[in-house]
Amino acid sequence: MSDTGPTTPPEDPEAAVPADGARPAAEPLLRAEGLVKTHHGEGAPARAVRGVDLTVRAGEFVAVTGPSGAGKSTLLHLLGGLQRPDEGALWLDGARVDGYSEARWAVLRRRRVGIVFQFFNLVSNLTVADNVELPALLAGATPRQARAERASLLAELGLEGRERSMPAELSGGEQQRVALARALVNHPDLLLADEPAGSLDSKGTREVMRLLQRFHQRGQTIVLVTHDARLASVADRVVSFFDGRVADDAELGATPGPGRPGRPGGVGGLVDLGD
Amino acid sequence: MRLALLALLARGPAHGYELKLELEKLLGVAYPQPNVGQIYVTLGRLEKAGLIEGEEITQSSRPNKKTYRLTDAGREAVDAWFEETSDEPRVRDEFFMKLALAASSGLADHLTLINRQRRQYLNSMRELSRLSASEDRDNRIPQLLIEGAMLHLQADLDWLERCQEELE
Repeated sequence: MSDTGPTTPPEDPEAAVPADGARPAAEPLLRAEGLVKTHHGEGAPARAVRGVDLTVRAGEFVAVTGPSGAGKSTLLHLLGGLQRPDEGALWLDGARVDGYSEARWAVLRRRRVGIVFQFFNLVSNLTVADNVELPALLAGATPRQARAERASLLAELGLEGRERSMPAELSGGEQQRVALARALVNHPDLLLADEPAGSLDSKGTREVMRLLQRFHQRGQTIVLVTHDARLASVADRVVSFFDGRVADDAELGATPGPGRPGRPGGVGGLVDLGD
Repeated sequence: MRLALLALLARGPAHGYELKLELEKLLGVAYPQPNVGQIYVTLGRLEKAGLIEGEEITQSSRPNKKTYRLTDAGREAVDAWFEETSDEPRVRDEFFMKLALAASSGLADHLTLINRQRRQYLNSMRELSRLSASEDRDNRIPQLLIEGAMLHLQADLDWLERCQEELE
């Protein structure tokens, strides 16, 4: 996979500066520095993202949590090039991308950054199969490759037999699985997920949790934005986002923390719902 | 655990180890498991209180075991237990006490306390997710227990956000 399509205009000189191959091995997959984004709607300007530094290494599963209105979706949109930062810099695999044009971002999202949204955003008049194959074809796969890739992903996601269905005929959970297949069909380096369970019931939520976990175990790098701590707790690292800033950045499962040595059954003290 | 043991005995006589196994199976891995010693001690107390009656069973190849059955008084106690509502968890909260005293004592910072507590909750949440995945999906009682604990934690995490909003 290359990060620039052959038709991409080289309008950003900085993007070409860090020579590929000369990068140190520890180069993170994603690096953001000093990102700022202010929304200018009606009324006073709202500072959604107020100076965010964030680094994501290849293979990491990072959840960004926080109350609604904290700016976490805006942050994800900045990371996926759906919005441009007012200030700050963004690197993807060592290449500076925050100055990329819309066209160049589109190529990047097709090949290297997959995104799933809360409301699935499937193309409503295309079948499930076409929804998944389209981005593969756009990225230059042959129809045969696209079909094969689609078939294996749909099988993996438990959607065999749904190829000819239209999105509206599927449950929310199924639609989100199609959206996941679409996001992963080109084997992106990075998967961004914006409240992927936000419009699902608890069964659908568990399913999304399980699938994200499974793809992560196979090495998929994931950045997940969610207000749902159950979903976030599946990640290895949780960034608490508050009022446009990173309030805390914690590795999970690393150290259990001091205290509670005698807590029986690990989480027993919690499960013991008031005895 | 007293009343749980009485309730189990309402179905028929059993000995201590059987009760322990039954309780484990019913509640699943997430529930703090009483050790067998605690069970024997509790059974002894229940017997002394007249709520159960023990009967020594002689075994040829192994030490004798004691089988317990519920008495009428025991049955009344279980019935009364099911009859009354249970206290809702936590109005008393140690973390809240720390948060309340952080500023006035000058010994701790709100945000540090909140962040540390959040990490603790998130790790507990992660552990519960893990337990939920490891527990048989069709084993409904343990799954419901875990789900309940996760919802409580979610509420605790939401409440930490509120604290942060108010105190920052």
